[in-house]
Amino acid sequence: MSMEPVLQVRGLTMTFGGLRALDNVDLHVEREEIVALVGPNGAGKTTFFNCITGIYPPASGDIFLAPPGGKRRRINGLKMHTVTEHGMARTFQNIHIFPAMTVLENVMVGRHCRTSSGLLGAVLRGAGTLREEEGIVNKSYEILETVGLDASVNELAINLPYGAQRRLEIARAVATDPFLLLLDEPAAGMNPQETKELEGLIRQIRNGKKISILLIEHDMKLVMSISDRLCVMDYGEKIAEGTPAEIRGNPIVIEAYLGEDPDA
Amino acid sequence: MKNLTALKQPLLVSAWFMFLTFPLMVIRVNTIENVVEWRWRNMIWVGTASFLLTFLWRYLSDRREAARKEAERTEDHEQTLGRFLAGRPEVGRYLSVGAMILALIFPFVFSTYQTNIMATALMYAVLGLGLNIVVGQAGLLNLGYVAFYAAGAYSYALLNHHFGIGFWTALPVGAVVGALFGILLGFPVLRLRGDYLAIVTLGFGEITRLVLENWNDFSFGPSGISNIPRPGFFGIALDIRGATIYLYFLVLLLCLATVFIVNRLQNSRIGRAWIAIREDETASQAMGIDGTKTKLTAFALGAFWAGMVGVIFAAKTTFINPASFTFLESAMILSIVVLGGIGSIPGIITAALFLILVPEYLRAFSNYRMLIFGSVMVLMMLFRPQGIVAGARRTYTFRRRKSGPELERG
Repeated sequence: MSMEPVLQVRGLTMTFGGLRALDNVDLHVEREEIVALVGPNGAGKTTFFNCITGIYPPASGDIFLAPPGGKRRRINGLKMHTVTEHGMARTFQNIHIFPAMTVLENVMVGRHCRTSSGLLGAVLRGAGTLREEEGIVNKSYEILETVGLDASVNELAINLPYGAQRRLEIARAVATDPFLLLLDEPAAGMNPQETKELEGLIRQIRNGKKISILLIEHDMKLVMSISDRLCVMDYGEKIAEGTPAEIRGNPIVIEAYLGEDPDA
Repeated sequence: MKNLTALKQPLLVSAWFMFLTFPLMVIRVNTIENVVEWRWRNMIWVGTASFLLTFLWRYLSDRREAARKEAERTEDHEQTLGRFLAGRPEVGRYLSVGAMILALIFPFVFSTYQTNIMATALMYAVLGLGLNIVVGQAGLLNLGYVAFYAAGAYSYALLNHHFGIGFWTALPVGAVVGALFGILLGFPVLRLRGDYLAIVTLGFGEITRLVLENWNDFSFGPSGISNIPRPGFFGIALDIRGATIYLYFLVLLLCLATVFIVNRLQNSRIGRAWIAIREDETASQAMGIDGTKTKLTAFALGAFWAGMVGVIFAAKTTFINPASFTFLESAMILSIVVLGGIGSIPGIITAALFLILVPEYLRAFSNYRMLIFGSVMVLMMLFRPQGIVAGARRTYTFRRRKSGPELERG
């Protein structure tokens, strides 16, 4: 079995009018690796996510997705739902749950692309549809247990506290059976206790479900302790890459974050 | 002291109204005798009425506010009618059995006229349930729903006129024509969201009506098509009363079938996808839902029902012309959905019965019909924006098992 990276991005460039939001960015994620994408605000991290998940078609560059043990596929310009079907799921920076659906239903929607019953099946409710539906419910419940939301399955998602909504979004993304999960600032707005729990959850997802994780995060404590590797972006370019220890001492990174040292 | 402040605003409002209406309501110049009449009694009427109305208004909104605060304080969720029914399935069952019995004996107890009106109301209930798939579930505001209704009605009328095709053949054909129109319109416009979609569908509805009105060779223009046969009953000729009762049961059957199908769709994979799109389009696509396909399904399915009811409408009235398919009709169906409660089947049926039956029985007030209609809508939006019966989501119960969780069958 070859150990191909699950995600390989080469020379990704994205422009909005005259603005170069992404400039020739290379990035790869290995199997079962946790990679963090960090950088100051406006560095292009979320644009990077949006480009590889199909929200924006990139101006140039290649995006390859390779399921573990499967065939490598170029996913440039594919629609968002197809990208998810290929095994890359994501969460959003601003919470994007389905507010008027119950917690369980939110996760059940995540099973959509792994199930197939159509209109006729829904109306006739044959044995196949019932079995599939039961599978959706049970699997969704299991995932909710993993993220610790099994006590509030029947609550409307909007009534959940903030931290729980974030976990719900992760649960929903996990329900699509991805091999690569993109988390856009999962710890934003969380208190230290919640952040600690989130760290445990991310590790659990990686170890338990063998999912590689690429995350954008500003909480440096979380990033440094959880990631195997870091990529630092600034002004749409990748300026550094390495292990947490290497990045911590990298002068270019420090400059990007804190500004140029006047004494230097 | 508290009562005094509660009275202060209504008093001020009534004083202001008395002042405003003084020249109109109180002073009248009698031009024959050249004297000014002072009608002080009118002033008292205006004052009392505005005082009472303001007081009532304040009382209601205060109570609502208090209830909301109470709910917030106790973290108790609002006890909605829909939730109440969802928690007690037996109540809902009794109610539906009662309604069913009433519906079955209705044509034998009441006159032909009443039966006819009831059939119309049920037709609107079906239209409401069809539009609910599009507006309520998938969240696509369609203001041109009547176009699909017209497509169905004209399919039957024209096919019958030219080829002598009967009702039962035309029923599925009309439905399919409606759905095809839905897909035809859906393809280009479903990339639009919200208000833009509403405007385009509104335009589409008007275009359809205008084409029918002006394309004389095709649709016989404003004079319409008459002598459309009523549905056949195994070749037996029915008198007016018999035909009305027959049609009533036909509509009732269609209504039941629609309720059955819509109910099953609501908690299915497709139904959840529709709601997900309504709730958050970007997120739903990120979850692997094909937005275009799913929205098109909703649009076509809604149009399917409109086409089917259109055929029945043509058969029921035996005469159709473009005047039956104005924007007002679309607005009426949309009001049924909004008033009844988006996504709630019992709510929509109640609203359809209310909105169609009340104007029929209150013919004496027909001049004020739109006025009352408007006020009811405004009051509903203020006091019950979720509709008569708010839609409730399905709940699941789980049993712990060693092998993992298991869904409890209820």
